[in-house]
Parts: sequence; structure tokens; C-alpha cells
Amino acid sequence: MLDYKNVEELHKDLVNKKISVTELVKETLNSIKLHESKLNAYISINEEQSLNMAAKIDKKGVNPDNLWEGIPIAVKDNLNTKGILTTAASKILSNFKPIYDATVVQKLKEAGAIIIGKTNLDEFAMGSSSETSYYGAVHNPWDLERVPGGSSAGSAATVASRDVLVSLGSDTGGSIRQPAAFNGVVGVKPTYGRVSRWGLIAFGSSFDQIGSIATNVQDAASLLTLISGMDVKDATSSSKKVPDFRQKLTGNIEGLRIGVPKEFFGDGVDPKICSLIKDSLKVFKEQGALIEEVSLPNSIYGIQAYYVLAPAEASSNLQRFDGIRYGYRADNINNLEDLYVKTRTEGFGDEVKRRIMLGTYALSASSYEAFFIKAAKVRTLIINDYKELFKKYDIIVGPTTPSVAFKFGDKKDETSMYMNDMLTVTANIAGLPAMSVPAGLVDGLPVGLHIIGKPFDEVTLLNAGYTFEKINNFNLKPNID
Amino acid sequence: MSDLNSISDEEVKHIAELAKLSLNEEETKKYSSELTNILNMIDSLNKVNTDDVKPTTNMSNELARLREDKAVINKGECEALLNNAPEIENGFIKVPSIINEEEK
Repeated sequence: MLDYKNVEELHKDLVNKKISVTELVKETLNSIKLHESKLNAYISINEEQSLNMAAKIDKKGVNPDNLWEGIPIAVKDNLNTKGILTTAASKILSNFKPIYDATVVQKLKEAGAIIIGKTNLDEFAMGSSSETSYYGAVHNPWDLERVPGGSSAGSAATVASRDVLVSLGSDTGGSIRQPAAFNGVVGVKPTYGRVSRWGLIAFGSSFDQIGSIATNVQDAASLLTLISGMDVKDATSSSKKVPDFRQKLTGNIEGLRIGVPKEFFGDGVDPKICSLIKDSLKVFKEQGALIEEVSLPNSIYGIQAYYVLAPAEASSNLQRFDGIRYGYRADNINNLEDLYVKTRTEGFGDEVKRRIMLGTYALSASSYEAFFIKAAKVRTLIINDYKELFKKYDIIVGPTTPSVAFKFGDKKDETSMYMNDMLTVTANIAGLPAMSVPAGLVDGLPVGLHIIGKPFDEVTLLNAGYTFEKINNFNLKPNID
Repeated sequence: MSDLNSISDEEVKHIAELAKLSLNEEETKKYSSELTNILNMIDSLNKVNTDDVKPTTNMSNELARLREDKAVINKGECEALLNNAPEIENGFIKVPSIINEEEK
């Protein structure tokens, strides 16, 4: 368990040789291993390479101008890491070692960060509880009988347990923010296009974004600065200038205009969470922000639109898994067609198949207009709702999740599981930056405050989160040791 | 809730075929009932008036940005790529024949 307030504090100790990178990496590995039997947060631990890299850095000393040199970072296992097993928590990739690094991984490596391990997730990031992982579910460090959320389950749980201070996740409908909320940590999904998706195993390409998970907003902002920027390998990555998000945190939100949509406190949201979040808003008020109740009328159709569009994109993206070029290949094959079908049938888990089927149906000739195009039109309306609101407001605020972390097996049918994303999904639908910051506890479990920002205005978003965090001073940690 | 969008076993089989998945009878019934539930959840989209609304199918504002049309040679990656394939022979990826072995 690392007892550092943030990466900057740890960096200072590394520079001043109060702790060597090798000691840090050993301590991190010990902490991960100690927790692993309880949490199952990792699919692979990158022990040898991490120790070798640590020794190399120790030999020359940590560069005082390079925050990330020697800092261990956990990476979600749907991000390609060259030569290191990358499974997306699926049997179909259970033997896959990529020949290239995801752009974000390459950026971490260039900065001298240490990829300490690959974290567990819902298979292909499809899920909100990690229960769909081929490698078994991750457990919530606050209560081992409860889910950690998903899909970036391991990335959130390992930060909550203070194995590492920061990790990378990906977010298609809430997969960074929901587990961050369930684990009492900070999770940021940047604007669509802010971070290159090259090397992220695709789920819903018009929704997916990579982002940061951290114990505090400052570190989440620093990590986001490191991974952001245009990449020729991702044609949807934006050429917009990337500010130093960390340097822009002022802690001043005087005059900030905050919209609070009434729909985010509606049916299906735990009243205890509603009142805690409404109560939290006074933190903003005391700091000079202007708070008004607003409406996002079409946001209540977010889940429905998402569960047409994202599976449609997924069914197309997952066609590449055919047992030919990489990954799992079924045995006892009669012919090529047989190889495709057997490989996919044996290689994909239940939830992934369900979404492939749903997406294939939505895209099939007879339902294309009624489902896919209809949902894509509702997507436009949700985007327009936000555009309208952002003419008057700088950020939109509400709860991150409708409930606190639930017990394993509690959400028995798919549709009640899908409702977990109801408050996070519209940010993906509209491509907006959003984050979850710990707000407090309900029934002894963490609750996240959800903040949504304007496109490419992560600065305002993060500063609001930073200010809230400073005043709210949520400093509780799970007790798993 | 009435099953406005009930998906029959036959339809499930057809979708599975399109998706290159194989389902047994029990799985077919399971997916038929689960997909019906999901479609009934999705059905509320029909309450939204979308007349004259354009669909959004991608999120990028900068799609016109394309790289120069020049071949990029990634030296040394060919072998690594082939090593990822389940079966290779003489520098090629090996796949089973398109027709059944016994029909040859």
C-alpha cells in the first residue's frame, strides 16, 4: 500500500533518492500480489520488465523534470502492449501478444513510466460489474462481496487499494467513471478525439475514449495531459492544442455556471444518492458558482439509443475475430466456415455474443431504419440538448451512478444491468468530456459526483472537480489489508 | 409489458448465422427471450419524435484530415505478425480448405 498523496510527492522522493525506483516497483508488486487473491484486479503482472526498467532508471537517476519517470502505472487489458499478453478479458484473445504498443502505452513508455501490469475488465469492455470477464470478476476493495463496477474494474480497484496511484481505463458508456465512483477514486473520460484510440481494442468506435483513473484530480489531470494529442494513426484524434491540464487547476470557480438536470435525479436513482449529491452542490455554491436546475429532455432515452448503437458498432468491430491471423482458433475443423463459427462460438462469452446478436439485428436490412437509424436520430437530439445547455452553462452536474456498488449476481437480467450506465452514457453519446469525483458514502460505500463539460474544455471540467475535491475533502480509503 | 418486438427462434437462428455464431436449441430460446426483453426496453425510442432529424453516425469533426498517400514500410514486422497466427507454413498463414475434407 503506497502512502503517497500524489504522483508529484512520489516523484520528489524518487528524485531525492528517498526511495529508489527499484524499491518502489518491488513495493508496488508486493502490494498487488498481496491484494490479488482478494481482488483479482490483474490479468497479467509485468514483473520482470518492470524490475529491469527500474534498475535502468536507478542507474542514471530520475530526471527532476520528468514527472513520470519510474512511476508504476496499471493499464487496462484492452490496450495493446507490445510483447505483453493483451486479452480484453476474452478467451478469443487469451493467447494474444500484440506486435505494437497502443499510442497511449507508447507515450507512457517514452515518458519513462513503468507498465506494472494489465488490469482485468468485462470481456471486450462490455459490462458494468466485471462479471463478464473470462478471467473471473474483480472484487470491490470496499466490500469484497460487491462488484467494483465496470468495465475498467481492475484499473479502478488497484488505484482504490493504493497499489498504484494512477491507471488507464477506457470508457464507452461509463466504463471509467462508474467503476471510479464504486471504488471512491477519480475517473476522467476526455472529449471524443482528445486521446488517440490506436491500439485500443475497439468496442463502439464512435463512443470509445481512453482516460485516466487516479486517487486525486491533480494526478488524473497530469496523466491526461501525457496521453492526449493528435495521432496520425487515429483519424478521429483531434489536432486541437492540448493544454497542460495540471497547470490549469486553479481551485477558483467564481462565477462558474452549473446546470443540474432534473432527469439525473429521476426514477431509478437511489434517493440517498440524490440527496447526497444535491447536498454536495453547496460546495460549488460556497465557492461562488451559480447553480440552476435545468432539463435534458432526451437524456432519458440515452440508454435505449446506446444499446442499439454501441452493439451495432461492436458487432461490426468484432467481425475481425475469426481465428485466422491471431488469437484463439478452435480445433476439429472441417472447413473455413466451420473455423470461423467454431472459433467465435467457443471464443466469445455470453454477454459479448448477446451484444453481437443485438447489433447484428439492429443493422440487418429489416430493422436498420426502425432501430439503427432511429437511435442515431435520438443521438442527434441528445447532442442538441447539450449544445443548448452549454450556451448558458459551463458544466453539467449530477450523480455518476444510480446506485452504490451492488452485490455479485444482484442484477439478474440484462436490462437492469444496462441501467447502470443511465447517468454516464449521454456523455459518450455526445462525445463530451466527463469525470467522476468521490462525493461521500452511502451505506458505507462510495458515491461519485459526475461532472460533464463542453467539448474540448477539459480545463473547466477538471478545475471544477479539483475545487470540489479540495473543499469536500473525501479522504477515505478501503480497508482491505 | 407486451412483447412489441418479439424475436422468434427462427430470427435468432438467422441473426446467429449472420454473426457466424452457432447456437443450440437451449441457447436459441435463451437469446430469443433476452433479445426480446432488450428490444422492449429499446422500444421507448419510438416515443421520441424524430421527424426531420438527421442521424448521427460518427463523432469526429475532423474526418477530412487524411495522411499523405504514401506507403509506410514497417520493417521486420512481417515475421512478428506471422508468429501471431495460429498456423503458418512457408511464410503464409495456413487455413483449412473451403470445402469439407471428405469432399475433396
